Amino acid sequence: MSYPESFSYTKDHEWVNFEDSSEAIIGITDYALEQLGDVVFLELPEVGSEFAAGDSFGTVESTKTVSDLYMPITGKVTAINSKIADNLEKLADDPYDAGWLIKISFNEKDGELLSSNEYEEFIKTQE
Amino acid sequence: MSSIPPEESSFAHRHIGASDDDLMKMTKALGFDSPEELALKAVPQNIIDLAPMDLPNPATEAQALNELKTMMAQNDLAKSLMGMGYYGTHTPSVIARNILENPSWYTQYTPYQAEIAQGRLEALLNFQTMITELTALDIANASLLDEATAVSEAVTMAFHMKQKDQSNQVFVDDKLFPQSLAVLQTRAEPLGIELVLFSPKKGLPAGEKPPFAVLLQFPDLHGEYTHLDSLTPLIKTQGSQLIVAADITALTLLTPPGEWGADIVVGSTQRFGIPMGYGGPHAGYLAAKDSYLRKMPGRIVGVSKDQHGKKAYRLALATREQHIRRDKATSNICTAQVLLAIMASMYAVYHGPEGLKTIAKRIQSLTDALREHLKAHGRLESGVSFGTLAIASEASEAERTRFYQAGYHIGTPDPKTILLSLDETTTWDDVQAIAQVLTGKTLKAAPREPQIPPPWERKSAFLTHPVFHRYHSETQMMRYIKMLERRDLSLTHSMIPLGSCTMKLNAASELMPLSWPSVNQLHPFVPPEHAQGYAQMLRQLEQWLCTITGFEGVSLQPNSGAQGEYAGLLAIRRYFLDRGQPERTVCLIPTSAHGTNPASAVMAGMRVVPIRCDDKGNIDLEDLKTKAQKHQHELSTMMITYPSTHGVFEEGIVEICQIVHEFGGQVYMDGANLQAQIGLCYAGKFGPDVCHMNLHKTFCIPHGGGGPGMGPIAVKSHLIKHLPEHPVVPMGIGAQSLGSVSAAPYGSPSILPISWMYIRMMGASALKKATVSAIVAANYIAHRLTPAYNVVYRGQSNLVAHECIIDLKPIKKASGIDEADIAKRLMDYGFHAPTVSWPVSHSMMIEPTESESLEEIERFCEAMLAIAQEVEKVSSGVWPREQNPIKNAPHTQQMVTQESWDYPYSRQEAAFPLPWVEENKFWPFVGRIDQAGGDRHLICTCPPMDSY
Repeated sequence: MSYPESFSYTKDHEWVNFEDSSEAIIGITDYALEQLGDVVFLELPEVGSEFAAGDSFGTVESTKTVSDLYMPITGKVTAINSKIADNLEKLADDPYDAGWLIKISFNEKDGELLSSNEYEEFIKTQE
Repeated sequence: MSSIPPEESSFAHRHIGASDDDLMKMTKALGFDSPEELALKAVPQNIIDLAPMDLPNPATEAQALNELKTMMAQNDLAKSLMGMGYYGTHTPSVIARNILENPSWYTQYTPYQAEIAQGRLEALLNFQTMITELTALDIANASLLDEATAVSEAVTMAFHMKQKDQSNQVFVDDKLFPQSLAVLQTRAEPLGIELVLFSPKKGLPAGEKPPFAVLLQFPDLHGEYTHLDSLTPLIKTQGSQLIVAADITALTLLTPPGEWGADIVVGSTQRFGIPMGYGGPHAGYLAAKDSYLRKMPGRIVGVSKDQHGKKAYRLALATREQHIRRDKATSNICTAQVLLAIMASMYAVYHGPEGLKTIAKRIQSLTDALREHLKAHGRLESGVSFGTLAIASEASEAERTRFYQAGYHIGTPDPKTILLSLDETTTWDDVQAIAQVLTGKTLKAAPREPQIPPPWERKSAFLTHPVFHRYHSETQMMRYIKMLERRDLSLTHSMIPLGSCTMKLNAASELMPLSWPSVNQLHPFVPPEHAQGYAQMLRQLEQWLCTITGFEGVSLQPNSGAQGEYAGLLAIRRYFLDRGQPERTVCLIPTSAHGTNPASAVMAGMRVVPIRCDDKGNIDLEDLKTKAQKHQHELSTMMITYPSTHGVFEEGIVEICQIVHEFGGQVYMDGANLQAQIGLCYAGKFGPDVCHMNLHKTFCIPHGGGGPGMGPIAVKSHLIKHLPEHPVVPMGIGAQSLGSVSAAPYGSPSILPISWMYIRMMGASALKKATVSAIVAANYIAHRLTPAYNVVYRGQSNLVAHECIIDLKPIKKASGIDEADIAKRLMDYGFHAPTVSWPVSHSMMIEPTESESLEEIERFCEAMLAIAQEVEKVSSGVWPREQNPIKNAPHTQQMVTQESWDYPYSRQEAAFPLPWVEENKFWPFVGRIDQAGGDRHLICTCPPMDSY
């Protein structure tokens, strides 16, 4: 399992790729996908929705379970990955690029974020 | 006289599978001297109570049948014209004999192990197809408990889809069936949904905001529907969701609600060949537009493929359900009405669309003829209705008596109206007799072709799939039923060791009364004086259940365990409201609880606070104390399963109840595991205030492949006045009742004789012996499997209760084989898997029950031990991790007989892994099913024929 170094992570297993000081891309980690098993459905928000850090912005369903998706930081949804929602088989193949979920605009990095090293340490404690 | 052999005296030795010698063998292997000594070591000393239960001495099978037959003969079988959702119907004999009375159809569990359940999954898919096509909607589930709960589920589902600019109101047709209204009122109030009754003939009520939904009965209580012409466009204009409770037979003749804007359609399939049974069981249905898919309650069958690419069915979208979503679930439904849904679907398969239409047309022409006659004699205005005539009457009681003297029960929904509902069983002679009673004259003209006002005549085709056209001769039908039957593993083949499900014997003598007319032909709303047999049987059963549980009152209304939870929690809610403590709404629920618990609590208007469990699966007493104290001013209820969901008698049970009571709360005991208590301890005496009993587990009602069930609740005396009532048949509870939870006063009364027979034939001492035997058998299995598997969660003296859990994590780590692989491999040995990954992930929970012989128990253990050896071959590298008989299981007949065989194990190892498998081989009809593929591309109606 891999966790790109330039990304930030949450304890709820989302990743954030900060493109610049006001735009970011959000997805879920390899670890999360392994825990979920085969993903069968994604419920993503509408473009324009606003969420505070820690809010649920959607759900991800596998054959076994359903989990909320949580906002790593406060922001407004500017795009959703409708392509991946129709090709869920691909999500686990490329979770950090083609498997992105939403793009947001934001003002500040107000959530509790982990580096890739910190995240890897964190998931060790989960096993 | 001593030369006459004794009368067959004991049913107990037919019910309890192990002989006394075998019980002793198992006991000795566990190091105890007697079965009872062993069982009593598993139960905490401070709750053991061995005072004999005050039950009648056991009757033989013949005596019990005679006694019940005499009792039920007091029921009055005058023909019903009462309507209101229950109608006479002819159950085709081929369906009665081959399904209803056939243990291969009624003894299975819910089809979670889909590879050995393809038969009933196909029948349920037929049901879903039938419902979507009759209602003209996109999707349907595989049954709900009855029409009234289906109405409530629909309104709740619509409430979850409410738009911001809509109010919390639902406008309700004032001609909705009264029982549906009562169940809906009970359900709506805790959720903050406001019901506004209105008369559709007068248009929609005005309001500041549009309601989130409008609910109509179609045809309504009086059989009428043409007034909806102008109404439905108004509903659509204001954007409210349209919910229609529709008569299934009428849908074959009348334009279906899906074609005039309905978003959700619900109803009952009773009149498709299911006897009235004094109220049930029958299958309710719910159909909706696609957009509701992820909010739909209940099970949905979907189509997928197996590993060889063959079409295969399985339950889809499990993540909607309470066992995953818990307190976020929109419904608590678990047990449904599978057996009845299957019967109704087979009725449609047997009659086909034309046959169904003919039945409906016949009803319509008899209704029309009677209306003409009554009009000519001044008893009715002109009008249009399907099946039912509502007649104004200044002397409804007197007319009711006159009809009764002529051999008919009629409906009297209010003092100034009488209802005459005609049905499939109504004859021309009946119509003449009715005319005679009302007018003193008979009809002159013969009935004509039915006349339906043009916009209401159904034009669209339905049931076009070949399955509804191929099986119209009895030979074909019998073979279709048998073909499907052979694809399913039931108790007629081998033990089904499902933990927490108690798959015990459903004895033939217990089931026989279900086929008696005196049991199954009664309308649920007949006046009590005409249901004396039922009254007597129900009183006795209530009393026996009180005796067995140690409680003071019982309600037989809830139709499932989950509905029992909901009813019990509502009784507690009502108790606190009446004491002026509306703030008491916190419900403490252990994290190990079944998902229905938190889902039921939310439905009862409660807020769930989880309680932690320790490593042994026991409730963390410190956490309980902290949270009970923290919420002491809002504490309503603690829900606890006993023995625990981990199959252990927790030592702390008395203390747990004391803590909750100390902080002003009530204790609800989930009776899923009551099986382990009977005769050894009494829930009503060691702390709980209310508990439900799964009569389909502990008291022998068969599981029916996922229903019917019954979940009566037992309560302490202070809660009796809050038990369920009924709007049509007063039950003597009164104004402080919680309301209604089922359409019929006694839920599904026609299956209650099963539990009555069981208790009557067992008596106190055999009931206790059954408990002891079940505990011995579970501990014996734990003992036998210990060399190969890690048995976790034992209680004191290292004993489990009536079930045991094996931890499969070490196996997964060493070999990559997981619990699902082992479940599928058991099929090759001819067994249904134990409960998989519940209540603990990566585990199996095994419950043998008292009904299995030692021989069968040994076979199951041998299979499990043989699989452990196979796992060993995988972990040691003899077989590759991805290419071995466990990962490839189950093996179908096609797979092992194909030309080439490229597997690293033999065909024999694949299909006949132990010598005794040959004796009784069960061939799974499909190979391993692709779950994810089916959920991603959901198909939940019959696929086209070219895919067969």
